[in-house]
Amino acid sequence: MNLHEYQGKEILKKFGVSVQEGVVAENIEEAIKGYEEITKKYNSPIAVIKAQIHAGGRGKGGGVKVAKNLEDLKEKASAILGMQLVTPQTGPKGKKVHKILIAQDVYYPGPQPTKEFYMSVLLDRSKGRNVIMYSTEGGMEIEEVAEKTPHLIWKETIDPKVGIQPFQARKIAFNLGLSGNAFKEMVNFVIKLYKAYETIDASLFEINPLLKTSDDKVIAVDAKVVLDDNALFRHPDLAEMRDIKEEDPTEVEAKAAGLNYVKLDGNVGCMVNGAGLAMATMDIIKLSGGEPANFLDVGGTANAERVEKAFRIILKDPNVKAILVNIFGGIVRCDRVAQGIVDAYKNLGNIPVPIIVRLQGTNAEQAKKLIDESGLKVYSAIELQEAADLVKKLIKQ
Amino acid sequence: MSVLVNKNSRVIVQGFTGNEGTFHATQMIEYGTNVVGGVTPGKGGTKHLSRPVFNTVHDAVKEANANVSIIFVPAPFAADAIMEAADAGIEVIVCITEGIPVKDMVMVKEYLKDKKSRLIGPNCPGVISAEEAKVGIMPGFVFKKGKIGIVSKSGTLTYEAADQIVKAGLGISTAIGIGGDPIIGTTTKEAVELLMNDPDTEGIVMIGEIGGTLEAEAARWIRDTGNKKPVVGFIAGQTAPKGRTMGHAGAIVGGKEDTAQAKMAILRECGITVCESPALIGKTMADVLKKVTV
Repeated sequence: MNLHEYQGKEILKKFGVSVQEGVVAENIEEAIKGYEEITKKYNSPIAVIKAQIHAGGRGKGGGVKVAKNLEDLKEKASAILGMQLVTPQTGPKGKKVHKILIAQDVYYPGPQPTKEFYMSVLLDRSKGRNVIMYSTEGGMEIEEVAEKTPHLIWKETIDPKVGIQPFQARKIAFNLGLSGNAFKEMVNFVIKLYKAYETIDASLFEINPLLKTSDDKVIAVDAKVVLDDNALFRHPDLAEMRDIKEEDPTEVEAKAAGLNYVKLDGNVGCMVNGAGLAMATMDIIKLSGGEPANFLDVGGTANAERVEKAFRIILKDPNVKAILVNIFGGIVRCDRVAQGIVDAYKNLGNIPVPIIVRLQGTNAEQAKKLIDESGLKVYSAIELQEAADLVKKLIKQ
Repeated sequence: MSVLVNKNSRVIVQGFTGNEGTFHATQMIEYGTNVVGGVTPGKGGTKHLSRPVFNTVHDAVKEANANVSIIFVPAPFAADAIMEAADAGIEVIVCITEGIPVKDMVMVKEYLKDKKSRLIGPNCPGVISAEEAKVGIMPGFVFKKGKIGIVSKSGTLTYEAADQIVKAGLGISTAIGIGGDPIIGTTTKEAVELLMNDPDTEGIVMIGEIGGTLEAEAARWIRDTGNKKPVVGFIAGQTAPKGRTMGHAGAIVGGKEDTAQAKMAILRECGITVCESPALIGKTMADVLKKVTV
């Protein structure tokens, strides 16, 4: 589950991590109030308007603007609120901005130069341990840093038996070239950031930029947080932070029905049991000359109700020209699944696109017979290659 | 012969009396697996499926000589169940449970380091040694006995591969479902190594997917140890978009190295026969074996 920047910062603050402060606003009145509050509190007319969407690269798409005074704020905040923000991570359609953050100006002048760093905490899958990844090159995408200057990225692995140790935090602060008060602040920052990551069962905590201010403070200017969905049962308060507006409505609907669905841009829909077989089915669609319109795992119980729901979801996509159902019946019997498909088909009335049903496993022969004798416009297959050939044939038509 | 489990394995079921545990234990017994009992805390001393129920894994080891365990315990309690099995000295622990928090698995992985137990999974279909023992949830009838070993991250795709292998006139020695989670007990390389050292396995089918580096690691190990047996590889997710999870928590394309295309290239470089179509896994294995014998 993804969180917004302002939610990530709220969590960080609870763990004593310094952040760029801000006020969330959903309309222009709230934005003005937020501006007044922030500028008064920090004694500066400058504030930053930041679009709150679940995607990075917001600045590039015009979702982050500096407001120099109240008039400037009104103009820029109204432009950002409700805009369709396109960033390198949103896809070409972009995401609608429902909320903005009116944040304090942290790049104020002072005795020292400011410096931006990068820091994230995540799982190192090859080690089975968490790792703190950090770099002197903050404020730009870490993928870019990894490509151009990989020697400027460091990793600090955390031993799960003892957790993060002070010497590790000191090593990080030294590698980032800090001294004096900024050094002390960074050590403190790293330890508390890791604590936050671990306590809330996050799978990613990314701070970019992590700023050393002109008066040697260390603060998180942005916060990208991804929570481990499987651990949400332990964190009902965090589960409530879910923002459904940020998710694809069809994917939300599918999830509620126990289906694992991801929309893609192709022309052949698919319905499969099991994630691995579903990905393989998408591949076979491609190899047959089509493009997969979705990923859809119906799970272990492919009954009539679920199959019907899955058909409805796939058919919402107007690009779908054919549907391939690929079920390997092991514990679930194929004839049951076939009956489910026939019932679902009849309940739906008329399905406007051809359907290819490939059922393999327990009672596959009976299932094929059931489909063939149903009188419905459904092509049946038993071997995966037959199904692939049918896809090829139907796409050509 | 076979690896991990065979007809002499003494299997217990953790979460024995629950719905899942009962259903699959029944299927395992029908397949001929030597299920010697199960564990459900608080129900010790009773019988279930005509077999003894124990309160702890320790009791099951002491009284029924259990050496293999299969876990159907719900996700919030699964890490605890794995550690209990390891502490009791179970040799092979197969964890079917899906949805265990990553933090729990980091802890489990650490806990297992100085134990002699081997963990398979979690979030996996289990292990089957054809016509000897099924310690998993796969449809047993698909796995006819033969000399091909399977290592796979996925459930139904493993059944698909096994079915094709059998129809190509071959059969299965042992199929190992390693699971699709970010942290798993036995890696692709470790599972392949077991099959490489099994005298009754003549060829190996390695099924991977996008995300992570497990297949690349296994491929390099196969090359570095001299490609002792023919290996056919398939990587699912050639059409998966970047940054999206495709069902398995581990199946996220992150960097350049873990796309299907990159993995397939590494496999080829390491002397593995890569099969692009999931419909041709069985046929490819049969063709490769023919070449070896000629």
